[in-house]
Amino acid sequence: MAIFLTKESKVLVQGMTGGEGMKHTRRMLAAGTDVVGGVNPRKAGRTVDFDVPQGLEGLGNAPISVPVFGSVAEGIEATGADVSVVFVPPAFAKAAVMEAADAGIGLAVVITEGIPVHDSVSFHAYAAARGTRVVGPNCPGLITPGQANAGIIPSDITKPGRIGLVSKSGTLTYQLMYELRDIGFSTCVGIGGDPVVGTTHIDCLAAFQDDPDTELVVLIGEIGGDAEERAAAYIRDHVTKPVIGYIAGFTAPEGKTMGHAGAIVSGSSGTAQAKKEALEAAGVRVGGTPTETARLVLARLEERVTSLIVDAR
Amino acid sequence: MDLYEHQARELFEEYGILVPRAEVTDSPKEAREIARRLGGRVVVKAQVKTGGRGKAGGVKLAADPAAAELTARQILGMDIKGHTVGKVMLAQPVDIETEFYVGYVLDRAAGRFLAIASAEGGMEIEEVAATRPEAVARVAIDPAEGVTSAKAAHIAQAAGLPPQTVDVLVRLWEVLTREDAVLVEVNPLVRTAQGQILALDGKVTLDDNARFRQSRWGEQDTAHDDPLEEAAAAKGLNYVKLDGEVGIIGNGAGLVMSTLDVVAGCGARPANFLDIGGGASARVMADGLSVVLSDPSVKSVFVNVFGGITACDAVADGIVQALESVRLTKPLVVRLDGNNAVRGRAVLDERAHPLVEQATTMDGAARRAAQLAVAS
Repeated sequence: MAIFLTKESKVLVQGMTGGEGMKHTRRMLAAGTDVVGGVNPRKAGRTVDFDVPQGLEGLGNAPISVPVFGSVAEGIEATGADVSVVFVPPAFAKAAVMEAADAGIGLAVVITEGIPVHDSVSFHAYAAARGTRVVGPNCPGLITPGQANAGIIPSDITKPGRIGLVSKSGTLTYQLMYELRDIGFSTCVGIGGDPVVGTTHIDCLAAFQDDPDTELVVLIGEIGGDAEERAAAYIRDHVTKPVIGYIAGFTAPEGKTMGHAGAIVSGSSGTAQAKKEALEAAGVRVGGTPTETARLVLARLEERVTSLIVDAR
Repeated sequence: MDLYEHQARELFEEYGILVPRAEVTDSPKEAREIARRLGGRVVVKAQVKTGGRGKAGGVKLAADPAAAELTARQILGMDIKGHTVGKVMLAQPVDIETEFYVGYVLDRAAGRFLAIASAEGGMEIEEVAATRPEAVARVAIDPAEGVTSAKAAHIAQAAGLPPQTVDVLVRLWEVLTREDAVLVEVNPLVRTAQGQILALDGKVTLDDNARFRQSRWGEQDTAHDDPLEEAAAAKGLNYVKLDGEVGIIGNGAGLVMSTLDVVAGCGARPANFLDIGGGASARVMADGLSVVLSDPSVKSVFVNVFGGITACDAVADGIVQALESVRLTKPLVVRLDGNNAVRGRAVLDERAHPLVEQATTMDGAARRAAQLAVAS
């Protein structure tokens, strides 16, 4: 089943005709995603052909033609799209997300980095009031391996499996997907490194808890804010599936932004140590390195198998 | 980016919030002139982007222009929590009757801005919130509505502030939104013996992501505390100077933060944070290497790349080309994994630079880089 994104998802790409939009639309198509259209008012009515890499069953090497619509609403009307991936530049991102929400899209995945906080505060409130889930901004998007890919996560790292993953960081997501590539993943969600994001660790934990295909959840956090502490409280009260954690930024100095706009320790708040302690107090094992985190996942999955065998006896 | 107090004061004044008369200078002689213009008796305040100036001796009352010059001479050049005082602000003293606190902060979890107000100003608001939480009002602001007079009246009432503060709350919200600030606070906001409401001290943090539409602070004062950070910023690199000896270059903020931690776990200290992002071209790699190697405390360098979108062979090409223009003076440990890693490793093997070695895992590479740094 997976969470938020499945092979049934019909995906629009806002900003498809730009450089990043073109590159990643091709990758999304190659991953088997049903990309049903792009949105660009100045190029409405055209189609764009994508040469999708070889190896895709049944498609051979024939290009896939994707229509360009003048608006998200037109795209939904024509295709029944329910997901939009947003690649538009920071200055136009707010309008793009609001347009998608107005058109009634179910899920808007905002890849764009560098959106002013006042803009994201506005579009998050706007989207929430209209029932649109936003993932991001400043995120790699989400992937349900073997089914669909909405964003820029590489689809060839791993295969479908039973681990769910939620992370603030793109490359740490890839690193863990790689370390656990032989087990495979149900869905991996990169929620983004901005101070304010639409979909939180908690939203993903709740969805993974209800997803029969997810057996264990990997939670990756980093310095800044208290999302991980909140997630820990949520896990303690609501999550029965095993959760393995990893936190980055123990060596980050106070008051410095570490790459991600939201990754900053302010005074004594937002430290990696406090996040780790909160997670451990909620029964989450936290790895010291990404590799050790992967080992904890493997060990926990083995324990489950063993206990199932014992139960069966 | 944090603004200096005198910059925040200027903004407040521009938006119609009353502030004490004040001027800023970097010269003790000029401080004397300013004090004379302001009526003789002045408060001399160190301009540094950190709290606790008062306790550190960076805020002093001077009785006359001569004393102002002397005090300015003492404070200029002073070190306050690692910040060197480059300028002082001289302000007219104010006859304070009551002190309040007002501010707007981002509530990350709720995704909203929050008005924070208290009738107990003057001290650190975190302290007030910790010891007497009931004395601090917190009111969430709907971004579509903003702070209207009615909303401001509600905030003032919730905090027990006098009605004259309503206007300040509305104007402060305008500062926050029009200037793309992520934090504005006035502490203290005071009522003078004459009944005026005055912003005595303030803090403003601007959103770096909004620079494309906020030109005001463009040229002035993007000064970094560190010359290496300055050099890196000039090259468009995402670099933070740290205190250790292992230089770090990686792709992706999360992975680089993780790399620092893993190196620290191996008994060495990271010398910097440097995220070269997705592209990792030869130029970016060369720029990154040259900044990291120009740090005299660096003893070894660890390049940690997971090729997601980035292809590792392109990164390896980047390193090889960077070695043409940058003279490698310290050992370089490279870990390439992910997309095209095998080809990337082969490229580096072929180059066979005596100071470049490869490791196949992140933990192994960190151990080796730490070992090299500690051994030298």
